Amino acid sequence: MAWFQKSEVVIAGILVLAMILIGLVNPAFWSLDNMFSLLRSNIIIGIMALGVLLVMISGGIDVSFPAFAVAAMYLTIKGMLYFNYDGVVLPFVAAATMGALFGCLNAFFVYKFRMIPLIVTLGTGSMVRGFLLGVVGTSMININKMPDALIDFGKSDIINMVKPDGTTFGLTAMILVYVGLAIALHFVLRYTMIGRGVYALGGDPEAASRVGFNIRKITFFIYCVAGALAGFAGLLHSGMIWLANPRDFVGLELDVIAAVVLGGASIFGGRGSVLGTMLGVFMLVMVKNSLIIMKIDTTWQRVVVGVIIVIATAITAWRDRRANA
Amino acid sequence: MKNAMDFRNLLNKDNNIVQLIMMTILIFVVMTALSPDKFLRYYNFESITYTFPELGLLSIAMMIAMLTGGIDLSVIGIANLSGIFAGVMFKKFATDAGVADTGFGIVLMGGVIALGTGLVAGALNGLLITRLKITPILATLGTGQIFTGLAIVMTGGPAIVGFPNAWAFIGNGKILGLATPFVLFVVLACLIAFMLRRTTFGINLMLIGTNPKAALFAGLKREKMVLLSYMLTGVMASIAGIILSGRTNAAKSDYGTSYLLQAVLIAVLGGTNPAGGRGTVLGVSIAVVALMLLSSGFQILRFSNHLIDFIWGAFLLLVIALNAYKNRTR
Repeated sequence: MAWFQKSEVVIAGILVLAMILIGLVNPAFWSLDNMFSLLRSNIIIGIMALGVLLVMISGGIDVSFPAFAVAAMYLTIKGMLYFNYDGVVLPFVAAATMGALFGCLNAFFVYKFRMIPLIVTLGTGSMVRGFLLGVVGTSMININKMPDALIDFGKSDIINMVKPDGTTFGLTAMILVYVGLAIALHFVLRYTMIGRGVYALGGDPEAASRVGFNIRKITFFIYCVAGALAGFAGLLHSGMIWLANPRDFVGLELDVIAAVVLGGASIFGGRGSVLGTMLGVFMLVMVKNSLIIMKIDTTWQRVVVGVIIVIATAITAWRDRRANA
Repeated sequence: MKNAMDFRNLLNKDNNIVQLIMMTILIFVVMTALSPDKFLRYYNFESITYTFPELGLLSIAMMIAMLTGGIDLSVIGIANLSGIFAGVMFKKFATDAGVADTGFGIVLMGGVIALGTGLVAGALNGLLITRLKITPILATLGTGQIFTGLAIVMTGGPAIVGFPNAWAFIGNGKILGLATPFVLFVVLACLIAFMLRRTTFGINLMLIGTNPKAALFAGLKREKMVLLSYMLTGVMASIAGIILSGRTNAAKSDYGTSYLLQAVLIAVLGGTNPAGGRGTVLGVSIAVVALMLLSSGFQILRFSNHLIDFIWGAFLLLVIALNAYKNRTR
């Protein structure tokens, strides 16, 4: 395929065009301050999008990950407070493990009962969130009670700058975490057997199993990794906003799915890349944030996200049809 | 003798229905045993006849979309948007006496606007799915956002409160001692059941869902049928929106968001195959009654709403497991 036909290149082109347009409407868009805050808003959605990308490459769809993220985050922080533990590594391992366990539940139902992933994840998402709010609690954990180490971790910057008026701003170090995870997933998808298996499963499950891929192993891998990424992102989010809210992330699934579709992944499976997804995430976050800069009423946000989903899916559907013809 | 044969035939053919009825009876007995004095009150059942029709109509709408192997995630958005459009219009035409006394003609026009909203929204879904070939999940996910977003734009966020009396009658009134929503639900359910069972349209829909390729070779106009089915789904959703706004005397962009999961659950529980081709109005209707009994029982037992969400989710997974198990032994 010629390089200009690659979907990543097309998305990047549209992205640059959109950035120039927004910059023309309001030059404040190009300020470093705004750029850093844009990148910062990419992190949580981006990490979750990596998980959703994995599920979508395999031909499924996941709407349960916001519930998993919030449950892993809230339970981990509750646990830290209970044991009076103050650290960084162990809590993240715990949150990711919890997310992976929830993901296993998805994988079990999708694999064992051959049920449509959408319906399975609707059920598991509702269960996990219902359990969290109904049994564990509904009260927020505010900054005065949050573990200090977590907040300090979330505060760390890689670049620090001072504005002319004396206030400081910086680029959060969490961006490195996001990029690191993305590179890791990229290599897994590209160069490992199980990564190729995810594409094979999405392309044609029957063919994948005939050539010897272990469908069960791949299915569990997909949903556990997606769950683990969600759990990890959940805890990171609370570290970055210094707050643990058990009602967080409601409706986030739509934004994340929109971003992944925007990044060129096909819901029919077998297509999608980490780079494309990261571009899609950036595009979505940028458009949503820039509505304010462009002086468009924020009530239009939902409409814009919806229109983006429809246009992006229409284009991918058109591309898939042309590829198959 | 012949009657007995027919009955056995019915048992075999509609195995699912019998199981659903048994499940309903089981839920009824358990809830009665747990709190007989509160659950068995007439008031409890009367309030169920007011609250279940909107969910029932949404579930039937979901089932219609599932018949062709699709799904409609925008039903809640359509329902709310329909109510809001009508509400905005009533506010425009309100006389000095207030919205409550709006004339019959204008109320009728509000109904036409609401139904029209559903029709147009459904047509948009159908066109995206058939013309642009977007998968139903993503198409309706996107349009659902658009409809909900438009609802936010129209209202600016808060609810529109105050609907005409005649409108409220649809949600709160009584016809011959029965709740209006209930009567409306029964009439519509019968109509849809007839449409699916006895008309070419319905039978074609089933065929398309069972085997799209065979249906294509048989010369069925698949695209037109699918488009029509999403329009029907949209109209059903807007009727649910009319009832909802009539009952609560208000319309808001985020009403009934938990109905989405419940509508999917009820459709699947009622024996609809999400892959297409199978589903009955009767099954869905029994399932919605069963789950409303369950939910009202839990409310009487003072379970929190979140726990009820948990139970809905668990129930959905349980039903999936049971269905898979049943299909294997068959």
